[in-house]
Amino acid sequence: MNILVVGLNHKTADVDVREKLAFSGPKLEEGLVRIKSVSGIMEAVILSTCNRVEIYANVDNPQNAYESIKDFLSGFHGIKRDSLETALYTHEDTNAVKHIFRVAASLDSMVVGEPQILGQIKNAFEFSLRKKATGILLNKLMKKAISVAKRIRTETKIAENTVSISFAAVNLAKKIFTDLSTKSFMLLGAGDMAELAARHLTNSGVRDVIIANRTYETGCELAKEFNGRAVRFEDFMHEMVNVDIVICSTGASKYVLMKEQMQKIIKERKHKPVFIIDISVPRNIDPEINNVDNVYLYDVDDLHGIVDTNKLERQKEAEKAEEIIMEEIEIFQKWLASLDSVPTVVALRDRADAVKKDEVEKLLKKLPNLGEKEREAVEYMANAIIHKLIHPPTAALKEDSEDRDIIIAAIRKLYGLDKKEE
Amino acid sequence: MITFFFELALTFYFTATIISIVELFRSSKTTTKIMLLFVASGFVLHTINIILRYADAGHMPAVNPHEAISFFSWCIVLIFLILEFRYNIGLLGSFIMPLVFVLMLSSAVLPREIKPVSPELQSYWLSIHTILAFIGNAAFAMASGIGFMYLIQERYVKSKHPSGLFQRLPSLQILDEINYRLITIGFPLLTFAIITGALWARSAWGSYLRGDPRVVWAIVTWLTYAVVLHTRLLAGWRGKRAAILSIIGFITILIAFFGIKLIKKGLHVFL
Repeated sequence: MNILVVGLNHKTADVDVREKLAFSGPKLEEGLVRIKSVSGIMEAVILSTCNRVEIYANVDNPQNAYESIKDFLSGFHGIKRDSLETALYTHEDTNAVKHIFRVAASLDSMVVGEPQILGQIKNAFEFSLRKKATGILLNKLMKKAISVAKRIRTETKIAENTVSISFAAVNLAKKIFTDLSTKSFMLLGAGDMAELAARHLTNSGVRDVIIANRTYETGCELAKEFNGRAVRFEDFMHEMVNVDIVICSTGASKYVLMKEQMQKIIKERKHKPVFIIDISVPRNIDPEINNVDNVYLYDVDDLHGIVDTNKLERQKEAEKAEEIIMEEIEIFQKWLASLDSVPTVVALRDRADAVKKDEVEKLLKKLPNLGEKEREAVEYMANAIIHKLIHPPTAALKEDSEDRDIIIAAIRKLYGLDKKEE
Repeated sequence: MITFFFELALTFYFTATIISIVELFRSSKTTTKIMLLFVASGFVLHTINIILRYADAGHMPAVNPHEAISFFSWCIVLIFLILEFRYNIGLLGSFIMPLVFVLMLSSAVLPREIKPVSPELQSYWLSIHTILAFIGNAAFAMASGIGFMYLIQERYVKSKHPSGLFQRLPSLQILDEINYRLITIGFPLLTFAIITGALWARSAWGSYLRGDPRVVWAIVTWLTYAVVLHTRLLAGWRGKRAAILSIIGFITILIAFFGIKLIKKGLHVFL
């Protein structure tokens, strides 16, 4: 029994390659059926997401299985084997366990700490389970990977903070205003970043959207996109009295909003809080405005700062996660090792029972006139002798000791468990 | 027996306080639930203690310092539990429970005997006046705790370096709203407390106790919160200013409670 991982991800292959190898829709079931029929592969799980395609398998011989899987992938998807070589990676045994644990815990994802991968792994495993493509080894391994991932999510803060500027902006907005759905938002200017942040805000449920663009027509188009209304750029300060969130990206070369103007606006708003994000470089909004009460002004560097602090935090948490994974790998290895002794224990017991049966039969043939009580006594004694003799070796096999492998080998040899019976 | 319930409540509050302080560093839904369980259990025991004292003394247990501080803490815990179950405010316990525990501790070291009380005090005015005053003041205490949380959160957002606490503290808007709501509850209560106190004093001693230091401070407190409400409604003083004002108001309450006893004597001195 060996664990094997074969796959590719966003680090080793571009999206066009990944696309070709994806197992989407009915292909997943087909793939599972086909891969299980490959000789040397006893169990398999296929994980196919937009960022990775991986096959987890229980195989007899890792090297051979790797070749077989490459053949399978190339044949199934109609891709030449050589083009796969550069994109694929493979892991065996302990490294395979480590890889699977890391993937489930999102440590191998594009955004460390992302929550989707765990669900994807659960689905992949449950699908294989339903299609009876898994067995004792993968069942335990996948369940373990899922519980390790959950443990990491609760014991570390790996999933906690935001990692992109738009997310950071929306997150901040939610800490200023509880409920975005009653808030109104104004986009001052235009631009990719600004529109992305605007989209995130509207997705979070912001109620009114106002677009103020120097070119009124552009404003109207954007307004249609965001289901809002357009106003003339000159009127923006007037509109700000009724606006709670502002994203500014005008490309002007000087400030379009000064501190005194903001103070008038906030007074007219009865000091209801305002959140302003100035994405422009150079900045369009007087930074002094941040000193006005109830006005929160963030520029690009501030947002980057938040994202970077969060990245650092996530990295610290990722280290903690790696430690947890090393712990869990050890525990899993112990379980794996215990699997080996079971067949030996069974074989030993079988051998003992066989010997007992043999000798008892021989004796009873020689003494046909033995009564019921006497026969039972004979059986009883034979059992007792056998069990007393094999008890120490069976106990040793079940013990969790470092010499377990040696003990298994010794017992197999001493009792001739690998030889056929004469 | 009565003491037993008090001590037990104190212990439960203490445990909840420890958990709430730990929550400042690491919190989860489970730890908050456990902390609330301890608070709620302590509250039940505390209630029993107060009821038993009432039964034993025959009047509202708010006539000596031990009772007063204990009942005040009880009111704060009551409001805390109501807020927690209605709004689920992150980390509120971490700011309120230490206050509750300190108050209960001060109450614990004060003499607890139930002494007979002068005849003027044995009237239904006692219950009405003290309940109004204590719950009103407790609402203000809670408002200032929330105001304090607001100031911390506001600093984080303004500073551009939000940290772990920032993520777990509630939003500025809800802190501001709850602060406002608590003051709108506390203010009428305090108003009626002062009125009933004055009427009672009139009927018991013939005067409104105008010069008595504690009465003076009660009016100072009343004026402070009147300013808070006025500036909020008319000039839109919300957020940071409202938070600071509500903390100032709470300081006047603390002075009224603890400070006066040390300075002068007056008729209102039985508290």
